[in-house]
Amino acid sequence: MSQRYLPLLATLAIFIIAYIASTFQFPPMFSTRVIGNLLTDNAFLGIAAVGMTFVILSGGIDLSIGSVIAFTSIFLAMILATTSIHPLLAFAIVLVMTTAFGALMGAIIHYLDMPAFIVTLAGMFLARGLAFVVSIDSIPIKHPFYETLQDWYLRLPGGGRFTLIGAAMIVTFLVCIVIAHRTRFGANVYALGGGVATAKLMGVDVARTTIAIYAVSGLLAGLSGIVYSIYTSAGYSLATVGVELDAIAAVVIGGTLLSGGVGFVAGTFIGIAIQGLIQTYITFDGTLSSWWTKILIGILLFSFVAMQKGILLFSKDRSQKAG
Amino acid sequence: MDDNAILSATGITKIFPGAKALDGVNFSLRRGEVHALLGENGAGKSTLIKCLTGAYRRDGGTVTLDGEPIDPKNPLCAQALGIGTVYQEVNLLPNLSVAENLFLGRQPRRFGLIRSSAMKENARALLAKYGLDINVSASLDSYSVAVQQVIAIARAVDLSGKVLILDEPTASLDAREVEMLFAIVRDLKAKGLGIIFITHFLEQVYTLSDRITVLRNGRLVATRETATLPRQELVTLMLGHELQELSKSSHRKSEQLSEPRYRFENYGKAGTIKPFDLLVHRGEVVGIAGLLGSGRTETAELLFGLKAPDSGSKATIDGSVVSVNSPRAAIARRFGFCPEDRKVDGIVGDLSIRENIALALQARQGWWKPVSRTQQNALADQYIKALDIRTTDREKSIRLLSGGNQQKAILARWLATNPEFLILDEPTRGIDVGAHGEIIRLIENLCADGMSLLVISSELDELVTYSSRVLVLRDRQHVAELSDEEITTTHIINAIAARPSQPERSQVA
Repeated sequence: MSQRYLPLLATLAIFIIAYIASTFQFPPMFSTRVIGNLLTDNAFLGIAAVGMTFVILSGGIDLSIGSVIAFTSIFLAMILATTSIHPLLAFAIVLVMTTAFGALMGAIIHYLDMPAFIVTLAGMFLARGLAFVVSIDSIPIKHPFYETLQDWYLRLPGGGRFTLIGAAMIVTFLVCIVIAHRTRFGANVYALGGGVATAKLMGVDVARTTIAIYAVSGLLAGLSGIVYSIYTSAGYSLATVGVELDAIAAVVIGGTLLSGGVGFVAGTFIGIAIQGLIQTYITFDGTLSSWWTKILIGILLFSFVAMQKGILLFSKDRSQKAG
Repeated sequence: MDDNAILSATGITKIFPGAKALDGVNFSLRRGEVHALLGENGAGKSTLIKCLTGAYRRDGGTVTLDGEPIDPKNPLCAQALGIGTVYQEVNLLPNLSVAENLFLGRQPRRFGLIRSSAMKENARALLAKYGLDINVSASLDSYSVAVQQVIAIARAVDLSGKVLILDEPTASLDAREVEMLFAIVRDLKAKGLGIIFITHFLEQVYTLSDRITVLRNGRLVATRETATLPRQELVTLMLGHELQELSKSSHRKSEQLSEPRYRFENYGKAGTIKPFDLLVHRGEVVGIAGLLGSGRTETAELLFGLKAPDSGSKATIDGSVVSVNSPRAAIARRFGFCPEDRKVDGIVGDLSIRENIALALQARQGWWKPVSRTQQNALADQYIKALDIRTTDREKSIRLLSGGNQQKAILARWLATNPEFLILDEPTRGIDVGAHGEIIRLIENLCADGMSLLVISSELDELVTYSSRVLVLRDRQHVAELSDEEITTTHIINAIAARPSQPERSQVA
């Protein structure tokens, strides 16, 4: 067993223990209803976090996704309110836009050799600003196709609902797990995270891979925006502020090293589930302020980074003694 | 030229701004030979390798591989043509699995998806040829450097297959691992590959190589059969002496000196340098000689506290025991250190000459007691005059000065702190002949003023001129100490080249 799996296993263990403990306190928490809602409520965050996982695995960061989600939602609301085009076409248009936006950021990061932090920070302001240009008001989406999408769900035994957007998140995760571990692109992402100079010497097309990584992040942020618009039936330029940070938290709690090269897309799913679990617990408790979610996530995040550091030190120590 | 040559380079020239790194170098590599490429720092070994592998574009000369002229644009091109390189720092990805490292970019696929079981099988088969039976799904960094080195060789040979360049592959391996690596290299040689082997360990050169090419100052010195080249001659070729008998005309005799001022006993650091004893008197220059990688710089860094010495090491100054575990402690004891690579460790290129000179003094005073501008000006002017630093004014950026003048400015930095024990690592490297003489004169003057100096140099006649004792290093240990009449270039070369006495040498690194 490689110690690479340790952070992932730790996250999984924490999730299972926390879930079992919560159900002891609030037995209804163990129900398909809660699980179904957890998936639905966190669908947009989960999809965005998958994109963030690729970015972080490659050793980068993408701060623009919260703004891109907001832009997508307001753009969709506006285009559906003012034109008569079909939502599916609108989805396609907006996905092309967000993917191109991500690719552009990737190209700037690579060709101008600028830090991803700065480039995507600029992207964050740009996308947020563009969202305000579209509209500063919250625009409701009242399209029959949206209602169809919202009404589609699988009824689970026990009364829970497995909604379309929850399914969209699960499918995104499954597809991206395959991409990360079974394609050359996925291998190249890990290679970049291991060391750009070395990866280049070993024949990785660094330019293409970097651009593709940020394009994927843009694409998934767009998809996340679509899911968000279905979830809220509205577009709002002030929505999803700070979602990129929630996504980073989910990725790190899911066992991915912030320095890149080590981690799993599946881990991010558990990171999302933990965040959702904390929220659900607080809802069930009823007396705690919802800000406790942030406090707990902060504590978790810190302990995970500390744990990863500890594992690193421990393994170095051990290999030195061995070698 | 050679009929059996697989790779031959003729008249390779590489010019960097202000310096000719390679000047018409010829090199040929035969099928099935191990060819050692030797030379001191700055001799042009790595520049030559980089020109062969396309990491640098050469400015002149031709390279032919299998008789065809080639001009690789980058190392990947060279690899596709058949020239693979393995570096000292393993150039693989530590976070990927062994199999992924071997097949990155050429993974077997079906319907666009990687067939990981096939990839692992291929990886196992490939490594089996090198006698390596390991878990190929484990990440690379779970294996020792030696195993990683073998994996890197396996990848390079699998991708290129004609020429293998090994750039100091043994620098961090122990004796047993070196043996394993050598067995692999001999095996590849038997398969007809041409292998270029770069190392600092002369022992390994004689164990493994068939021919030796020596470079010095960007020029080809000689290509010789290993079997017919005596060690003394090799060292002479590397250090560049026509064995003109230089010996001390000298003034000071070591026994005329008073009690030793600095006494380092059993001083060492595991894995860096074996414990040694060193005495330095007031007003004495102790020289340190040895080939690159023999532990010269490590000795200096240890004495200056850049590396903390192991317990059991004991330093005394004027009879009282002190501990020098950090550069700060060293500076507080009035030590000074001019490092070897002034571009990396010494000058702060964009600061002015004045600021560079004031730096160490300021550091010693602490940040709360600034050295006033007038004081800095006075200091800078004083040393620009005293050391004859050629500059238009003291506010010029130091990187605009020539190498010799930069070196003098760094010397000035340490002299400004009034050191009593000054360590100079290669003070005359890369500076022109005129400046050379001035630095040597300066060393002698400082010594006459009562300062104690420790000078590391590859220029043996220089060491002979000013040292009252010379320590000789080899394979990270002090192997000889010469004093007075013993100090001649021949004696130093013999000490460096001496075959190490047997059992001592099981530790190669």
